[in-house]
Amino acid sequence: MDYFSNFIYMRSEVSLLGVILFLLLYDIIAGNKGMRYFQPVAIFLFAVHTALNLFPYEAGESFGGMYQYEPIMTVVKTILNIATLLIFLQAKHLFDGDAQKNKRGEYYFLTLTTLLGMYFMISSGHFMLFYIGLEMASIPLATLVAFDKKDKKSAEAGAKFILSSAFSSGIMLFGISYLYGTAGTLYFSDMASLITSNPLQIMAFVFFISGLFFKISLVPFHLWTADVYEGAPTNVTSYFSVVSKSSAVFVLMTLLFKVFGNLVTEWHNILFWIIILTITVGNLFALRQRNIKRFLAFSSISQAGYIALGVISGSSLGMSTVLYYILVYVFSNLAAFGVISAIENRTGKLSIDDYKGLYQTNPKLSFVMMLAMFSLAGIAPFAGFVSKFFIFYAAAQQDLYILVLIAAVNVIISLYYYLRVVKAMFIDKNDHPIQTLATDSWNKASLIICSAGIISAGLLNIIIDTITKYSFGM
Amino acid sequence: MNFLSLFVLVPVLMILALFLSKNRKQVLAIMVTGSSLLVILSANLVYQYIAARNAGAVDPMLFTSSVAWYKPLNINYSVGVDGVSVAMLCLSSVIVFTGVFTSWRIAPLTKEFFLWFSLLAAGVYGFFISTDLFTMFLFYETALIPMYLLIGVWGSGKKEYSAMKLTLMLMGSSMILLVGILGIYFSSGANSMDILEIVKTTIPVQQQYLFFTLTFFGFGVLGALFPFHTWSPDGHASAPTAVSMLHAGVLMKLGGYGCFRIAIYLMPEAAEKLSPIFLVLTGIGVVYGALVAIRQTDLKYINAYSSVSHCNLVLFAILMLTQTAMTGAVLQMLSHGLITALFFALIGMIYGRTHTRLITEMGGLMKIMPFLGVCFVIAGLANIGLPGLSGFAAEMTIFIGAFENTEILYRVLTIASITSIVIGAVYILRTVGKFLYGSIQNPAHATLDDAHWYERFAVITLIAGIVYIGSFPLGVSDMIHESLGNVVAQLVR
Repeated sequence: MDYFSNFIYMRSEVSLLGVILFLLLYDIIAGNKGMRYFQPVAIFLFAVHTALNLFPYEAGESFGGMYQYEPIMTVVKTILNIATLLIFLQAKHLFDGDAQKNKRGEYYFLTLTTLLGMYFMISSGHFMLFYIGLEMASIPLATLVAFDKKDKKSAEAGAKFILSSAFSSGIMLFGISYLYGTAGTLYFSDMASLITSNPLQIMAFVFFISGLFFKISLVPFHLWTADVYEGAPTNVTSYFSVVSKSSAVFVLMTLLFKVFGNLVTEWHNILFWIIILTITVGNLFALRQRNIKRFLAFSSISQAGYIALGVISGSSLGMSTVLYYILVYVFSNLAAFGVISAIENRTGKLSIDDYKGLYQTNPKLSFVMMLAMFSLAGIAPFAGFVSKFFIFYAAAQQDLYILVLIAAVNVIISLYYYLRVVKAMFIDKNDHPIQTLATDSWNKASLIICSAGIISAGLLNIIIDTITKYSFGM
Repeated sequence: MNFLSLFVLVPVLMILALFLSKNRKQVLAIMVTGSSLLVILSANLVYQYIAARNAGAVDPMLFTSSVAWYKPLNINYSVGVDGVSVAMLCLSSVIVFTGVFTSWRIAPLTKEFFLWFSLLAAGVYGFFISTDLFTMFLFYETALIPMYLLIGVWGSGKKEYSAMKLTLMLMGSSMILLVGILGIYFSSGANSMDILEIVKTTIPVQQQYLFFTLTFFGFGVLGALFPFHTWSPDGHASAPTAVSMLHAGVLMKLGGYGCFRIAIYLMPEAAEKLSPIFLVLTGIGVVYGALVAIRQTDLKYINAYSSVSHCNLVLFAILMLTQTAMTGAVLQMLSHGLITALFFALIGMIYGRTHTRLITEMGGLMKIMPFLGVCFVIAGLANIGLPGLSGFAAEMTIFIGAFENTEILYRVLTIASITSIVIGAVYILRTVGKFLYGSIQNPAHATLDDAHWYERFAVITLIAGIVYIGSFPLGVSDMIHESLGNVVAQLVR
């Protein structure tokens, strides 16, 4: 039984793998009639998996230190689970038709496989497992981006993503190889003390961290973001913007705090300038966008800048505020994408100009989109305001007032473009607004959950208290 | 639960009830019930506060209660009131109440209008009852975004432009205020974000200079600090009536309140050193606002610039840092709040009838609409500072208090500000003369009807308030004067 005791700490991975295998068998065995129930079964199973993995347990490691478990990881994985569940709820109506029945199974395995890769990346204790997790998360994502076979844009986005992703992974591996060359080990716990500030290690660190910054879409590693977000199917875009980014952010924090603790001056300087660039560039480019998916892409680049502001503070409060911000960001972004998905599926319209006068015909959808925009902009009393305040609080605690001031001024710029969407829906007149849509009940459920999250997550203190119990700092 | 939180709970319940309401009658019923309840709560609060003070309570803030909210960040939901807060809560209740009546016929989307209006009210009430920096800031921000939708959807003229300019400028100042607030908390080293805790510590003077500037600027822009007042004229002119009333009457006072409750109370050393700079700005603002009002022909712009002038006077008086001047500032907040609300209400009623706001296109309206005309004259006289009406009590107190400072700069600025009264007389009397008296310019106006019952009710309520503060100011003034003693005590430590 000694081999199996390794899996005691890997409960989330094992249960997710169980879900994936069950769905695989179901897809192979079930006939046409059985496939009609595939999506509800998949969503239900995934919800069960989320519920089973809600509560943290004591820390430990498996496989000789390759796999680490700490209670905070359950919190992060739960956030990812909630996000994926909401995305599945929003994606259901896309695969309801008979023409899409072959794609149903594929969509769920690919998404769940990337999620499994992210689980491994988060819980890794060794650069090898980290890299395996990273690739397991990235390669199926490229397939998902190119999922829409009839759309040229989707294929183009897929090609762009896989090429840029492969390139950045290559650079990251190069950095890892030099780290191994100088330290002689790839285990996180052993490497921490072997990192001295010699120039070769710093160079290796920079190469390594660039690969991670690529996943988070920080400037100047963001160039893939807009095109890939625009070309991919909407629910894949939402998966990118929330799940992929969050897992990379948590891994970044773990590595910076635990492994590269000795290089703190270096990564502090790097992050300082990257934060300023990211928030500013993201905001300035978002001002010009008319396509709503591209607009949300640049908005998410600038949100990544705010998240990095929480990372740079380096304290355990910094980590708590980052995770809280990510949870609120999940709700806000998925609410926006849910509305976009509902409109795009029925009418194919993606320009902000097409959203004009939406309140006349679809008041509830406009209301949810308004909540999402307000929360993303950081407007009280919604959750986005509280989460932004907490991030600024964590940064100010470390005397980073200049960054807080630049970020605060950028909030004004971002407010302009978020308000432009609200203006289009509520104030602008349109002779031919989008017709009244019947949203399907699964998408409606996800929008209700997101709206409830946006309204209440800012006022309830249980979330931040739970996260702070488990988070760690430098 | 502390009864002060009712001030926030009632608007929230109003919002929930409005979500469920089905027709216009229900919406109006909810709004009238809710706002009357808030007026009753404020009256009860005044009574309880005065009773508690007479019974000998000497704490700076009464009816305090503090619940831990976000423990890891030392944020509590703390509430408490002193004389100034009580006065401001009463002002807010009266203006929300009268605002409901002036919006009796708002269309379309009546329900949504009152929804955002109630959210605005919730933010205002929450700001006045809270004593924790984060809670105050949360409510301050809550009162910001409903303005964008209220002006953008229900406004008139270049409403999209005005709404966006107002929102961006006020959000800008709030963000700078945010940096100031965080700076205050972290440099004080206090163990909670509660103002009453932070005031017990001393913030290092060098950091005080920086954070005082940021905080005063942040609050000041909302209080129409010159030269960052430019959001105000367009914003007020484009807004619907009740929104202008609430914004000019109450929200701009949030700026002045924040200035002395946070900026001056917590950073007195910086306040003393840096006040001359801001005094010059506000002094210019007082005279500038009045001078520009002379050139305006649009009634709403005249009132908007007059508000800029009076709100700068509030900041001016606060910066004088004497107890009398600060009492005058709070009295001016109350008085100007009521007067400007009255003005905007009347202008809205006149605009609804004549469909023009330009005084060049109107004339002789006193014969056609005597009730509205007389009330307008009363409002104008109150604005100039006729004794017996509240403007006089407030401005007199301010200037006496300002003169207590013997330095040349302060005396010169005070004298310059007093000229604004004369300039005020120019634009008020000219306006009243042009469009109320004289011959009828547009024959179509001859058949317009006078005020309806709901309009009369709103206007008379406001005039009653103005007359009460003007003729019997001591009750309010004593309550305020006593509470400001704590602020002044900080200044001389």
